Amino acid sequence: MDYLLTDEQIEIKNLARKIAEEKIKPIREEYDKTGEFPREIIKYLKEADLCGVYIPEEYGGFGGGSMAMAIVTEELSRACGGIALAFAATGLGSYPILLHGNEEQKQTYLTKIASGEALAAFALTEAEAGSDVSNVRTIAKKEGDYYILNGTKQWITNGGEAEIYTVFALTDPDKGGARGMSAFIVEKGYEGFSFGKKEDKMGIRASATRELIFQDCKVPAKNLLGKEGRGFKIAMDTFDKSRPGVAAQAVGIAQGALEEAVKYAKQRKQFGEPISSFQGIQFILSQMATKIEAARALVYSVCRMIDAGVSDVSKESAMAKFFASEVAMEVTINAVQVLGGYGYMKEYPVEKMMRDAKITQIYEGTNQIQQLIIARHLIKEYR
Amino acid sequence: MKNIIVCIKQVPDTTEVRIDSNTNTLIREGIPCIINPFDLYAIEEGLRIKEKYGGKVIVISMGPPQVVESLKEAISLGVDEAILLSDRKFAGSDTLATSYTLSRGILKIGDYDIIICGKQAIDGDTAQVGPGIAEFLNIPQITYVRKIREITDNSIVAERLTETGIDVIKSKLPVLLTVVKEINEPRLPSLKNKMKAKKYQPIIWGFNDLDIKEPYIGLDGSPTRVIKIFSPQISVQSEMINGEPDEVAKILLDKLKI
Repeated sequence: MDYLLTDEQIEIKNLARKIAEEKIKPIREEYDKTGEFPREIIKYLKEADLCGVYIPEEYGGFGGGSMAMAIVTEELSRACGGIALAFAATGLGSYPILLHGNEEQKQTYLTKIASGEALAAFALTEAEAGSDVSNVRTIAKKEGDYYILNGTKQWITNGGEAEIYTVFALTDPDKGGARGMSAFIVEKGYEGFSFGKKEDKMGIRASATRELIFQDCKVPAKNLLGKEGRGFKIAMDTFDKSRPGVAAQAVGIAQGALEEAVKYAKQRKQFGEPISSFQGIQFILSQMATKIEAARALVYSVCRMIDAGVSDVSKESAMAKFFASEVAMEVTINAVQVLGGYGYMKEYPVEKMMRDAKITQIYEGTNQIQQLIIARHLIKEYR
Repeated sequence: MKNIIVCIKQVPDTTEVRIDSNTNTLIREGIPCIINPFDLYAIEEGLRIKEKYGGKVIVISMGPPQVVESLKEAISLGVDEAILLSDRKFAGSDTLATSYTLSRGILKIGDYDIIICGKQAIDGDTAQVGPGIAEFLNIPQITYVRKIREITDNSIVAERLTETGIDVIKSKLPVLLTVVKEINEPRLPSLKNKMKAKKYQPIIWGFNDLDIKEPYIGLDGSPTRVIKIFSPQISVQSEMINGEPDEVAKILLDKLKI
């Protein structure tokens, strides 16, 4: 398949693949076992200038946009969906600044993210605010030149590891989350900002998922993103741009699983022949490959829409995330099936890929929420 | 710091190489070419010296025009300039003629403090070209360097890996070093340098560009003659001794005494 990538995109893809093949593959099993954060890989991404591929050049990035983001995420995820997340979640944490930050905020924070000096994280989810984003309880009260934050965020990817956090809190609790929520940039090390429990997860185990605790945390007023009350809009705008990233992660995981399945099917002999010669296996492999291509085509289309400046990509973004993650789950389950008993064992990578794939159906909006978004657009479009 | 010159060689990727069983020679057609892996350590060390002491890193190679690809790869790692010595007259050079030709290229670049080579190339395994260049330039050499301890305005202290240990050697500059893989971990290319490399055109010098004497180059300048290439016959006679450990040890000891 020719994806009609530009020369620059091909270079980005080759470079990300080199890191995935040479640096990530040899260690992914160990990191999955220990749950250690992949600092070493971040160092390689930094050296290779890949941390800022999606960030505009004026802030020290490469200016490759969503497409570059998707290409890197996909290639890293092809080797390990968990390790790739340190990069992808930094993208999610950066988008609120990229989309709604003022010039000073962009210069201060995006440059650090682009250079690889800092990782970012996106902090919205709370115990009572998952799919129901507006049910956020964290409060930000203005006192002089500061906002005082109180509350707890849950399941924050890159929590504890990132230096820069975009945090959503209520500035006007009476108005509720939809109109009374605001977004802030919070730096690691601010007084009153600490980290709680680190989660023990089914998959993406090399990623850090942690609680953020704000106890009278003093955040400078200049760290408010946009205006007070714009938090919900900032979160939704972010998701529109970030969901193709999750979709790319899903495509990468699925691609990795397909490659393992084909390789195994060609080697494994039963009844005197490689199992790849049996139609039962061939049909499974064909379906895996076709669905991955369809998912990838959708992801790339949405990224190209975003990079071309199309204003509303909400529906397409949701479609990409929904479809690609469903494909990733199905493909990884089938990869385990093709490898049979070996696929179920930890010495082969496909069981890990199956565990890693599951989260893509859940985070950054469950696939049920994605379908609601799609349906709402459809109802509006077809009057 | 003046120029830091790194000599590199393009070699066939030996993980892909097959031997022609009729002729016992390497089948080179269709085999991807790579930078000799030991030379990547030389490039990395050159870049590290530059980062610490300043200067400019220049890679030089000799070979057919296709070597340009390897030179561009060096640029993608952060090297400043790349020079290719390429001319039909250079074809057929052995290590002596190659050392001479490279030394003439280096003289043309001029103004250098340190020349770095990989300890040997993975295709020929001779480890002769680095030392040969130093001889033609009449400068000191430190081979098998595993660590550079210190560089001053006019001297260098380096650790040299030997079979029995480490030699610590101080030399004046300019100097030629050959490096072993223990010296560093080569970096990955960066995106910015890759984009630079895409557009980069290495400088190409031919026979007429160099102050060079014809009898010493190419096939005429190469005293080495390859008479025959063959895989050595391995004829080890082995004997299995079975039994209880005590017995086996005794039998073995008796055999060793003879």
